[in-house]
Amino acid sequence: MTGKEPTSPAVTARDSVQIDAAGLTTQQLNDLLRRAVADGIKKIELRNVCGQRYIGTDLGQPVEIDIYGTPGNDLGSFMDGPRIRVHGNAQDGCGNTMNHGEIVVYGHAGDITGLSARDGKIFVRDYVGYRAAIHMKEYQERKPALVIGGTAQDFLGEYMAGGTVIVLGMELKPGEKHRARFIGTGMHGGAIYLRGEVEKYQLGKEVGVKELDDNDRAALGSLVGEFARHFSYEAEALLQGKFIKLVPLYLRPYGRLYAYG
Amino acid sequence: MKTYLPNRFIVERDPARCIQCEVCVNQCSFDVNYRDADEDEVRSREENCVGCHRCVLFCPTRALNIRRTPLDYRENANWRPEIIEDIIRQAESGGILLTGMGTDKAHPIYWDRLVLNASQVTNPSIDPLREPMELRTYLGRKPDSLTVEPGSLALKTKLAPQVAIEVPILFSALSYGAVSINVHKSLARAATEMGTLFNTGEGGLHRKLYKYGANTICQVASGRFGVHPDYLNVGRILEIKIGQGAKPGIGGHLPGEKVSAEVAATRMIPKGTDALSPAPQHDIYSIEDLAQLISALKEATNYTKPVSVKIAAVHNAAAIASGIARAGADIIALDGIRGATGAAPKIIRDNVGIPIELAIAAVDTRLRQEGIRNQVSLIAAGGIRNSGDVIKAIALGADAVYIGTAALVALGCTVCQQCHTGKCAWGICTSDLRLTKRINPDIGAQRLVNLLRGWSLEIKEMLGGMGVNALESLRGNRLHLRGVGLTDTELEILGVKMAGA
Amino acid sequence: MIDRDMNKLNNPYNDDKVISACSLFGMMDVSGKVFSGKDIIRAIANMHVRSNGLGGGFAVYGLYPRYADYYAFHLMYMNKQARTETEDLLKENFHMVLAEEIPVNPCIAVSNAPGLWRYFLEPEAASLNGRPADDFVIEKVMQINTCIEGAFVFSSGKNMGVFKGAAYPEDIASYFRLEEYAGYLWTAHGRFPTNTPGWWGGAHPFNILDWTVVHNGEISSYGINRRYLEMFGYACTLQTDTEVIAYAVDLLMRRHKLPLEAAVSVLAPAFWEEIERMPAAKQELHRALRTVYGSLLLNGPFTVIIARQGEMMGLTDRIRLRPLTAATRGDMFFLSSEESAIRLVCPELDRAWIPMGGEPVIARLGGTKVVAEGAVAAAKGAC
Repeated sequence: MTGKEPTSPAVTARDSVQIDAAGLTTQQLNDLLRRAVADGIKKIELRNVCGQRYIGTDLGQPVEIDIYGTPGNDLGSFMDGPRIRVHGNAQDGCGNTMNHGEIVVYGHAGDITGLSARDGKIFVRDYVGYRAAIHMKEYQERKPALVIGGTAQDFLGEYMAGGTVIVLGMELKPGEKHRARFIGTGMHGGAIYLRGEVEKYQLGKEVGVKELDDNDRAALGSLVGEFARHFSYEAEALLQGKFIKLVPLYLRPYGRLYAYG
Repeated sequence: MKTYLPNRFIVERDPARCIQCEVCVNQCSFDVNYRDADEDEVRSREENCVGCHRCVLFCPTRALNIRRTPLDYRENANWRPEIIEDIIRQAESGGILLTGMGTDKAHPIYWDRLVLNASQVTNPSIDPLREPMELRTYLGRKPDSLTVEPGSLALKTKLAPQVAIEVPILFSALSYGAVSINVHKSLARAATEMGTLFNTGEGGLHRKLYKYGANTICQVASGRFGVHPDYLNVGRILEIKIGQGAKPGIGGHLPGEKVSAEVAATRMIPKGTDALSPAPQHDIYSIEDLAQLISALKEATNYTKPVSVKIAAVHNAAAIASGIARAGADIIALDGIRGATGAAPKIIRDNVGIPIELAIAAVDTRLRQEGIRNQVSLIAAGGIRNSGDVIKAIALGADAVYIGTAALVALGCTVCQQCHTGKCAWGICTSDLRLTKRINPDIGAQRLVNLLRGWSLEIKEMLGGMGVNALESLRGNRLHLRGVGLTDTELEILGVKMAGA
Repeated sequence: MIDRDMNKLNNPYNDDKVISACSLFGMMDVSGKVFSGKDIIRAIANMHVRSNGLGGGFAVYGLYPRYADYYAFHLMYMNKQARTETEDLLKENFHMVLAEEIPVNPCIAVSNAPGLWRYFLEPEAASLNGRPADDFVIEKVMQINTCIEGAFVFSSGKNMGVFKGAAYPEDIASYFRLEEYAGYLWTAHGRFPTNTPGWWGGAHPFNILDWTVVHNGEISSYGINRRYLEMFGYACTLQTDTEVIAYAVDLLMRRHKLPLEAAVSVLAPAFWEEIERMPAAKQELHRALRTVYGSLLLNGPFTVIIARQGEMMGLTDRIRLRPLTAATRGDMFFLSSEESAIRLVCPELDRAWIPMGGEPVIARLGGTKVVAEGAVAAAKGAC
């Protein structure tokens, strides 16, 4: 997009604004967001978003942003605090290296959703593309979570080093299996809770399958509860059926990789 | 006749460490270490030492070390010690200088003048530990095209036999008789475990190893030792040996003392007789005769196995390879001048043939120019030392490589070049039962598996770095190579650009 | 025969090949109804940041209905002499129905614009000498491109045409006045090359006969793809991945007559492990395709949109290192690097989905809309 002169945000309440993003460049839009947050705005509604990137990236405040349209790549990348709701689909890189905050997608999200996220939560109603939660990691109290209502494409949880991924398999028809291959390949931390069938060959070789214990059920219940509230589902229905827990078999999966000399 | 040959090695024995246990005496097969009965002390006849390190590594107190003798001749760039001593040896024997292993001369090693590419920014390197990285290779003749029925997607083309290998590395021909049964067993088991193949060499296959047939290349050479219907049918691939890199144009001669009862039974010749391999195959005096033998082998095995033809890489390798492809071979094995042997005339080993790198490049280029590269698989042999050499051979155009010396080193060989003596202290190149038991096939197979595993991991890392996740995308992909320190002519023959270009 | 090095124009630094990243867009009305370039120009412009102004282009099918039976050659001329020589060659070998300058808008600021001409041609029966017309046309295209200094055929199919140049795609569109044309299938490309040739021929789409390819990514198997194609007589004059993809498709589908599904399994094959899990007959086919055509595996990251008369296909590499979104709305079928570009021109979609890596999405004229799809699942309520 070539950009147009941004119009002033329409103030819709004391601390809320609505911004028409049609025709704005990424920089123009994010500049408007920065200014709104600097002005103490707490709630922002973005209309006609169409491919603008990095929305929410450097706002550093727990503002609420509702996005109508299709935000561009790297939505909420490096984000530290905002809560974003996407009323549509998210493109690639959603929640890239997110530090804190929340992204809720009322649709599907593209590739590398939650790449290297260190904290915060991402809820995707439908499915995610390739390499979701790749290298997601936890540190001290920081623990990221990605909850996916549908299914995932290949390399879900690749190199995953921490955090929680939940796949609810809601789009699967009876008897239909998840299609993702190489699930948890190279995983060495965190947990993936998965409802719906997968074959052994779909799992990475560093991944083990476990039954859930009470702690798992508590963690699952809490995150699925939040997911259900976002998308108006019955949490209990979402928790029915068999979940498996995928965990790394080894903390150091590549112990025998090297010869020293 | 008094010998004018000086000792080559000094055996250093630390008296403070030596406990006179005689392990070194028992381990040495060259009659170096002995107990001096008069002095009641273990000593060394250094004139016999070949520098194989067997005693050093088996000495329980590490009391031994072997060093080159410091004896210096007057400096002379022409009349170097080796040349002087070769003349002395011939003056004292009147014979052809015989040696083992590959050439020790400083022929250019083009592998070391080729460097590989890696991805930066414009495409991602691929992480081989977590993402699929495929090394599988199918050896065999490929048609120019396939016919697939629209709609049903039924394959209408019938493919010639194809053999899958999971790593692009095969064990080179090492004949039973030259090497011991335990070496064959180690190679067979390792090949089976790693999903690749070992090559019988020209001495047949011991019946005990027939169970490894699916991972065996059965060689048919000029001596036709142990070649019979069972042998032809048990292997996965048949290989006609025309020549080998260490001794192009030369036959072989397994001395009678190595033809033990078991070797005799496998080769189907009387025990203790010399096993002579003629220089040429006497049914192949021309290319059409090669076609005849290829067809004969295919008929004998009902067209179920690819037929390979192994040649030494010589000046006209490209034209010869074209002829071999047109003669119906499914695989061409090229063995370069640095290839090894159990025994060869030294003057031939060191002077005949061309480097394998140039041969691969020339052959691959020629076959492509003629539009027949797909008709044959290309196996490169002769001086492949590590996974870097393997991957460069494949980028130059090889489908796979043979390793011989590297496999033997994995089993214990220290490249002391005494294979032809039959006294190998490591129990590899000998049929002396006292020595052959030094190779434990369980351990031997494990060492070979470990080597191939390590190389495979390294190959995957390098492929991933180049942004390639299937080996076929590197095969003949010379853009992933650059040359350093090469002349324009060398670069042109190799088909690679200079680094920086 | 090759006395002119096309590569010098496109690749002045003599890199192994020209590397470029990109934005892609394709849209097709499967009922065959034609529409103007207005929407696709907006859509590709929406992904402006994915290109850098050094290349943009469009392919249009159903473009020349009046001359549908003639080969439509689009030519770039760097000088007058080139045109004279080319027209002599064309007249010698073809019946020329029409020759005209391609109308452009001179008010659009573009640099290095060549002379742009188009010709509607029918090969002379005598010249064909019994050979298939397509083979003859390819030979003449290669002859012009390699032997006539300053001339370049950048489009050579029937009832279709490519328009491209070294500028942002939206500027190229304005220059060629593409909003005035209509077709039922359009593809577009915005380019981000890593050198600065400033030569118009290097832009995408790449075309041969009625095949067009727009491509995003870098093919790390390029070296062997190219050497393999050279065995079959294809001269890779431009040294770009895209050229190689176009020739590969021509070889597999036109010359070797492989069905599209089989050709796709050559370009983005299943993993060996997956092949082993297939039913026996399928296994045999896939093993054979990979064994025989392994040198045409496109390795490394790519998304391509390959089109020909009546058909458009999107495909990514088998581990999906470049993006692709597909969508439908009524008879319209869309492919794009980013979903937002589709939404810009068609906010309400029946479906929008992300195809699986290595699985083609194909739209064909008439019949079913999308005959094969790699959708991960029914995109329930996502639109």
